[in-house]
Amino acid sequence: MQRTSDQASDAKRWGAGVAVFAVLAVVGGVSSAYVISLLTIVLLFTFMGQSWNLMLGIGGQLSIGHALFVGIGAYAVAILNIKYGITPWIGLLLGAAIAGVVGAVLAWLSFRFEVRGIYFALLTIAAAEFARIMFGGWDYVGGMQGLFYPAPSGTMDLAMLRGDSQFYYFVALVLAAVGVAGTELISRSYWGYVWRAMRDDDEAARALGVRTFRHKVLVVSISAAGAAIGGGVLGLVQGSIFPDSIMGMGISVDVLIGPVVGGLGTAFGPLIGSMAAIPLHHAMGSLGDSLGIPGLNSVAYGAVLILVVWFLPDGIWPAVVRLYEAVQLPARSRISQLRKVEE
Amino acid sequence: MTALLEVRNLTKSFQGLVAVNDVSFSLEAGRITALIGPNGAGKTTCFNLVAGALSPTAGQVLFEGRAIERNPPEAVCRMGIARTFQIVRPMKDMSVLENAMVGAFSWTTNVKEARSKAYESLERVGLAGKASARTDQLTLPDRKMLEMAKALSTRPKLLLLDEVMAGLRPTEAAGVVGVLRKLAEHGLTILLVEHVMRIVMDVASTVVVLHHGAKIAEGEPSQVVADPAVLESYLGAGFHA
Ligand SMILES: Nc1ncnc2c1ncn2[C@@H]1O[C@H](COP(=O)(O)OP(=O)(O)OP(=O)(O)O)[C@@H](O)[C@H]1O
Ligand SMILES: [Mg+2]
Repeated sequence: MQRTSDQASDAKRWGAGVAVFAVLAVVGGVSSAYVISLLTIVLLFTFMGQSWNLMLGIGGQLSIGHALFVGIGAYAVAILNIKYGITPWIGLLLGAAIAGVVGAVLAWLSFRFEVRGIYFALLTIAAAEFARIMFGGWDYVGGMQGLFYPAPSGTMDLAMLRGDSQFYYFVALVLAAVGVAGTELISRSYWGYVWRAMRDDDEAARALGVRTFRHKVLVVSISAAGAAIGGGVLGLVQGSIFPDSIMGMGISVDVLIGPVVGGLGTAFGPLIGSMAAIPLHHAMGSLGDSLGIPGLNSVAYGAVLILVVWFLPDGIWPAVVRLYEAVQLPARSRISQLRKVEE
Repeated sequence: MTALLEVRNLTKSFQGLVAVNDVSFSLEAGRITALIGPNGAGKTTCFNLVAGALSPTAGQVLFEGRAIERNPPEAVCRMGIARTFQIVRPMKDMSVLENAMVGAFSWTTNVKEARSKAYESLERVGLAGKASARTDQLTLPDRKMLEMAKALSTRPKLLLLDEVMAGLRPTEAAGVVGVLRKLAEHGLTILLVEHVMRIVMDVASTVVVLHHGAKIAEGEPSQVVADPAVLESYLGAGFHA
């Protein structure tokens, strides 16, 4: 009984996911260039938000320095591609591997020396800032002047991941879909269960045999690798990378705003949250520019965060689910009562 | 008969306070032993030492003949010692069933297998009907039973139960006693902290009594309750039989 209803809601969830991404695919076919390029960024941050969400929402480890991993991915792809003509596919894999190792080492050292919780989060910022400054002073990667991809020729080349803005939209869409599905699969796997257990109560999880140390290192590492893949594509989409933008605090905030606004630990939260927050960020940015008020976008971000935390502390998506259930459940129980009456 | 667990001269002090003082006892496989003593006697600290949550200041914990007192709790659990917490610790954002599944992941990575083990554990303690509930919907006695189900899912050889029957009505407690007996019949060894003497007399084959961290008596329940030192520890120094 229990299991069949679980399966039914599973099927429904996957169905909803497919429907959402089908709609987004259609949107990519018919929208203006501006909307497409904005949505591409939204989808990339959805994917990076998923990876961040895996770490905090499921694994219970807070990072405020994901720009470190985003930057590693962006630089790995750019260095190989711009300097050696190597396909971004290799760069993405290499970037993910390097970020995974860096994440694992950072987590291993911190947790080994009992640097946890908010102190670990501060360490992630420090590591990201350290990397940003290091890359800024590193001539081989262009220093503060950054790296530039050659202008796109306009012809699509899947092997070299080059194409027009619509092409990148679909790359980002596939990534976001992989992110949503991957989060869902991982959170339903053995990892998901033990990660959520250690998130809720580390000591109790250990008493049940969960080797929380290695699982914390693992979740940070996987999250870092995911962020690096997103970063690699982000660099390609933007056509240029600079340490201050790709490894700056701004990126770390952009990565976490989606899941925080949309719903921590949920598969859809980062998509919903990025959809809501990032266009607002851009709109406020251009409004601020035209009004001559720099920083209006940051104020808007802050306001959205405060409003969401105040009114929807679990984020938008769980609130939507609750609303849906509030509408659905009474209907269902009415039906089952009717059935009983018939019997 | 060989001892499944042997505690030798176990001592734990917290900045001068000796919570467990040179305690030794051993547990025979398949038996139910009660660890009793007044509040603050050191019972929970003893559990923490055996389960690896604390390291002893001195002394040894031997499980199946191996010294385990320097192992972390997750390793001790994987060897076959599961414990419940006196102050219950449900994973609050996971359902009752998911809570019970966690322990099973100490021996399997298969989610289906873990789920069926969790159902089995919940059935054992009478919580199967609440499998999909959130833990904050459970009453305190039910949360204690969930602690037990979580521990059972790890497939322990030794189960440490810290006041799991506190707050149960006598009929409910009798049900749990029946469950414990059945588990022991299947070979599980149980060490139980319990304040209600009637339950201790009923279920335990051996009783270990702690007072101010030290063991003051050990033996069959009827023997122990007649021990003047035990009566004195419970009723105060002014008591004379
Ligand atoms: N982590 C700790 N740090 C300092 N003192 C502690 C710690 N844990 C326990 N104690 C002290 O050790 C003594 C024994 O405590 P313990 O919890 O083991 O007693 P208990 O027999 O389980 O009592 P109760 O029946 O109330 O549960 C108490 O005086 C307690 O205050
Ligand atoms: Mg206690």
